[in-house]
Amino acid sequence: MSETGTPLANPRDLPVFAPGEPPRLLAEHLSYAYHPGRSAAPRFTLEPVSFRARRGELLMIVGPNASGKTTLLRLLSGLLRPLAGHVELDGVSLEKLDARTRAQRIAVVQQESPLVFPMSAVEYVLQGRYPYSRRLHFPSTDDLDLAMKSLEQVGGAHLAERWMHEISGGEKQRVVLARALAQQPLLLLLDEPTLHLDIGGQVELLRQLAALAANGRATIVVVTHELGLAAEFADQVVLMHRGRALGTGKPSEVFQETVLREVFAAPLRVEPGASGRPRIVLEVRTE
Amino acid sequence: MSPSKPLTSRKVIGVTLLLALLLLVVAVISLRLGAVSISTPQVGACLVEAATGNTAHMTADCRMIVLDLRLPRVLLALLVGASLSVAGAGFQALLRNPLADPYVLGVSSGAALGAILALLVQPRTTIGTMAAAFAGALLTVAAVYFLGRRHGHLDSFTLLLAGIITASFFSAIIMFLMASLPGRDLRGMAFWLMGDLSSPLPVRTGWLMLVAWMTIGGVYTTAADLNLLAAGEQEAEHLGVNVGRVKLVVYLAGSLLTALAVSVSGAIGYIGLLVPHVMRMLFGSDYRLLIPASALGGALALIIADTLARTVIAPTELPVGAMTAIAGAPVFIYLLRRKLG
Repeated sequence: MSETGTPLANPRDLPVFAPGEPPRLLAEHLSYAYHPGRSAAPRFTLEPVSFRARRGELLMIVGPNASGKTTLLRLLSGLLRPLAGHVELDGVSLEKLDARTRAQRIAVVQQESPLVFPMSAVEYVLQGRYPYSRRLHFPSTDDLDLAMKSLEQVGGAHLAERWMHEISGGEKQRVVLARALAQQPLLLLLDEPTLHLDIGGQVELLRQLAALAANGRATIVVVTHELGLAAEFADQVVLMHRGRALGTGKPSEVFQETVLREVFAAPLRVEPGASGRPRIVLEVRTE
Repeated sequence: MSPSKPLTSRKVIGVTLLLALLLLVVAVISLRLGAVSISTPQVGACLVEAATGNTAHMTADCRMIVLDLRLPRVLLALLVGASLSVAGAGFQALLRNPLADPYVLGVSSGAALGAILALLVQPRTTIGTMAAAFAGALLTVAAVYFLGRRHGHLDSFTLLLAGIITASFFSAIIMFLMASLPGRDLRGMAFWLMGDLSSPLPVRTGWLMLVAWMTIGGVYTTAADLNLLAAGEQEAEHLGVNVGRVKLVVYLAGSLLTALAVSVSGAIGYIGLLVPHVMRMLFGSDYRLLIPASALGGALALIIADTLARTVIAPTELPVGAMTAIAGAPVFIYLLRRKLG
């Protein structure tokens, strides 16, 4: 695949950075191994992966199921310690951040976990202010304003006073995103955010994320297996396959037909689309 | 029901004062009721005289019935009710399960078994009994926690089954031990199995109160963290919560509160389930309000239950655990069905 994708060890076309300014996100030779037992062979390994992203960039980690996408995201979140390598945010290694500071800089939107007790949407969003407040964390008027602003940003202002268990999956997704925005993060990580959305919802969410990245202060990293969405919206993609990063760079460089066919084991065709972005078509012929 | 506004400290203080006032009223009513009825002014005068140390004009009714018989029992109910409710609310967040409760999880039975074993070995040391009850509670929570896991995740129904089976196993051992003791004691058996507030306190209530309220205060320091924990463990970590520390605090405090309650009153059921649930319905599920509300509400509920237990079929007394089970079991079934449905 080195003929088609960008080789990992020496990426040719990385985003241009202002001289002297550290990149917003820097992942250097990140690797990880998951051992089910102490002496057992690792069940899953992530081979060293490196990439960098600028402020305001939308980076998408793409790959089939069990390719290591989520592991990579968890390494970026700082909750999972890499076996080797490190992650830097604005030049500061994540290992140097305490939990509270980390939560002020990195927000994570996960595949949803069910709520045990009823909670209103605005209460949920206010949790995003936790890393900024003192012990008992009663919200200030500023916190409330910010929570409402975050909800507005995702088009969910009307949901504020609704119960979380009474709103739809798509609406819930917005509220979860609003909570992450209320953290005012430098880095926003999303794990399969389009999983339970229909195609309209997926496009709307990606539009929102692209807009947030473009005019916000955050760099956004999205894990997804939706190739089409990545081709259309990502500034940069990292293509994962069996614990290896096959390529990093612009979608037009990384999404090569032969590689995608191999990785996704599906008859995919890559066409040059308008605006220079590749278009990925599923080609199933019945003989 | 539409959601309430985000919680303010003013609301916490307001609700806490309201419940404290209600607790005072119920306590006075409980002091009035019994085989001998005593009027409210008499109860009031009696309490004031006792508080000011002005015992010169104290009536016999005041000294013997109110101060010696009824007041210790009301105070004990207050202590046990508050402890069990806060332990329940804590376990519910810790295990992310609204049906968790020291009794349902078998923690009360574990504490009771620990206490009985200590009594068999060394009958006279109350501190030893309490320490053994604490050890029993800690071990039971740990055991149920690991038995309740399936495929590496805490499964709420496996957890409940593990708790219920652990409880019945420990109850059987308790019965076996009590029955084989010389001078079999049916009342003692009821005390450990059903919970009962009629036994005199082995140690000063003041000390127990101090330990219980300090432990409840310890749980309260984690209130904001518990809100996030209840919304998801990994998410709480992403938001900067030190999940390991919070879980340890709640695990230790919940076990200690259960052990305190059990070593003075046996295994009283359902208070830790019922009270936090009602408080959530009334005031929302925010732990910053839920913990003080559960503490006061638990005290309130157990004083009412015990007053009923000693008056409904007077002069015979029911174990208070029978009263709480009559009220609590149907609520448990209701919650279980709603969770399934």
